[in-house]
Amino acid sequence: MTDAPLLRLSDVHVRLTGSHILQGVDLSVRRGGVTALLGRNGAGKTTTVKAVLGLVPCTGTIEFAGASGRIERIDGRRTHEIVRRGIGYAPEDREVFAGLTVAENLALAERRNSAHHHDRVFELFPELKQRSRQLAGTLSGGQQQMVAIARLLLNDNQLLLIDEPTKGLAPLLVAEVADVLARAAEEVTILLVEQNLTVVQRMAQDAVVVDQGRVAWSGPAGDLLADADRTRELLGVATSGGGGRL
Amino acid sequence: MTTLVLLTITGLGLAALYFLVASGLSLIFGLMDVLNFAHGAFLTIGAYGTWWAAGNLPGAGESGWGFVLAVVFGVAVGTLVAALIELLLIRPLYQRHIEQVLVTVGLSLALVALVRAVWGADPRPFPRPGWARGTTSILGANVPNDRFLLIVSAVVVLVAVLAFLRFTRVGLIIRAGVENRTMVTALGIDVRKAFTLVFAIGGAFAALAGALGGIYLGSISPGQGTSLLIFAFIVVVIGGMSSITGTAAAAVLVGLVQQFANYYAASGVGDLSVVLLLAVVLLARPSGLRARLA
Repeated sequence: MTDAPLLRLSDVHVRLTGSHILQGVDLSVRRGGVTALLGRNGAGKTTTVKAVLGLVPCTGTIEFAGASGRIERIDGRRTHEIVRRGIGYAPEDREVFAGLTVAENLALAERRNSAHHHDRVFELFPELKQRSRQLAGTLSGGQQQMVAIARLLLNDNQLLLIDEPTKGLAPLLVAEVADVLARAAEEVTILLVEQNLTVVQRMAQDAVVVDQGRVAWSGPAGDLLADADRTRELLGVATSGGGGRL
Repeated sequence: MTTLVLLTITGLGLAALYFLVASGLSLIFGLMDVLNFAHGAFLTIGAYGTWWAAGNLPGAGESGWGFVLAVVFGVAVGTLVAALIELLLIRPLYQRHIEQVLVTVGLSLALVALVRAVWGADPRPFPRPGWARGTTSILGANVPNDRFLLIVSAVVVLVAVLAFLRFTRVGLIIRAGVENRTMVTALGIDVRKAFTLVFAIGGAFAALAGALGGIYLGSISPGQGTSLLIFAFIVVVIGGMSSITGTAAAAVLVGLVQQFANYYAASGVGDLSVVLLLAVVLLARPSGLRARLA
C-alpha cells in the first residue's frame, strides 16, 4: 500500500463553447473509501468527472495509478484507453441503452482486460437477473440506476466515478443505492458526486468542494458536515446534524 | 395478371437494388452521424471492378464460378476503398459535419471522374451469366431471372445484417453506438473500430449493388452510382434513419411505387411518385417508418 493518491488533478482547466468552466482544479483522491465531490449546481462537478474520463477537452495534468500501481498521466488519452486502466463511470442520468435488454447492457460493459463478476452483480441486484430479457428503456428510474451501477461492478476497477446516483430516486431506493455503494466501497475507491448530504455523511471519508470551477475546500467529510456555517457558506445548505440536499 | 406479376417482381428487384445501397447508408448514418455522399461511388467501383475482373482477372469470367469470382473481386475492391476512405478522410473529421459533407461530395465527384478518365464516359455492356439472361414463367408472366438474383441477394443481406446486429458483440456495439456513442466509449470500447467496420460493410453492400445492378440494367456507366444514390437516400429517410428493417420496407415501397407509376401513368412519373411518397411519409411520420436500428 502506498500513500500516493490514486487520482490527482493539477491545474485542470476546461473551456466549453466560450465558457471557462474549470479554472484550475487541483484535487487528489486517495486509494480506498469514498471521496465526495460536492458543490452547488453548475460548480463544475460533472465537468471534473468528464475531464478525468477525457469526455471533455482539458488542459493541466491528470494522473492515475492503475492496477499496476504505476502513476501515469491520463490527460490527452482517449476515453476508452482511460477506462481500460480501471476506471468505471456511472453518469448523472444513468444513460443505460434503452433499446438493449438488461443482459445486453451488462454484456456490453464486459471489458476484455478484466474478469467479469456476474455473480456479484446478481447477488446485489437479484431483480436484474429476473429482468435480464427486458428492454432497459422500459425499466423504472431505480432499476435503470441498478443497471448503471451493475455495469461498474461487473469489471475489476480501481476507481469508480459515480455522478449523482440517487438523483430523482424515492427515499427507499436512495437507501438501497447507498447500501450497494457502501458495499462496493469496501473493495474499490469511489469518487462520488452527490447532492444528498445524508448519503455523503454515511459514505464519504473525504470531501472536495468545487465552487465556480475551482476547489474551494478539501478535507475529511466529517469535518465539513459537522461545521454548519462552512457547509452553508460552501454548499448553500445547513446540515444541522442530519445531512440535507444541495 | 401477367403484367401485374411482372411489374411486382421487377419492382421488387429494383427495391432489392435500393435496399443494398440504402442499408449501408443507414448503418453509417445511424452509428456515425455521417451523411456519406460518396456512397454511390462505392457502387460504381463495385460495378467497374466486377466488369474489369470478368475480362482480365485470371480465373474470373463472364459466366459460372468465374463470374462469381469477378463479383467477389468487385465487392472486395469496394470494401477496401470504403475502409481506406473512412480511415484516411472520415475519421479525422468526426463531429465536423460540414467538412464531412464537403469531403464526401468531393470524393463522389472525384471517384466518378477517375472512372470516367480511365474507362470513358460511355456505358459499357456488363457481362450477364447465361442463367441471368433467361426467364422464368410465373402465373403466365415471363420474369427475367436477374430479378430473382437481386431479390434473393437482398434478402440474404437483410437476414445477415439482422443476425450480425443481434448475435455478435460488434453488432451489440453498433446498436448501442447508434443510441449513445459517448457512453459506449465510457465503457472502455474503442468505437472507432466499429465505425471502420460499418463503413467497410456499407461499401461492400454498395459494391454488390453495383455488380448486381450491372446485371439488372445490362450496362454500367460512371454516373450510375450517383443516380441510384438519390433514391437510396429517399429510401433511408422514408424507412427511418438508422433502421435496417425500416429501410427494407421503404425500399419495397419505393421500388413498387416507381415501377407501377412508370407503367400505368407515364415513363418518368415513377420518379415523381417517389418524391411525393417521401413528402407524404415525412408529413405523416417525420421520423420515418421506423426510427431505431433493428
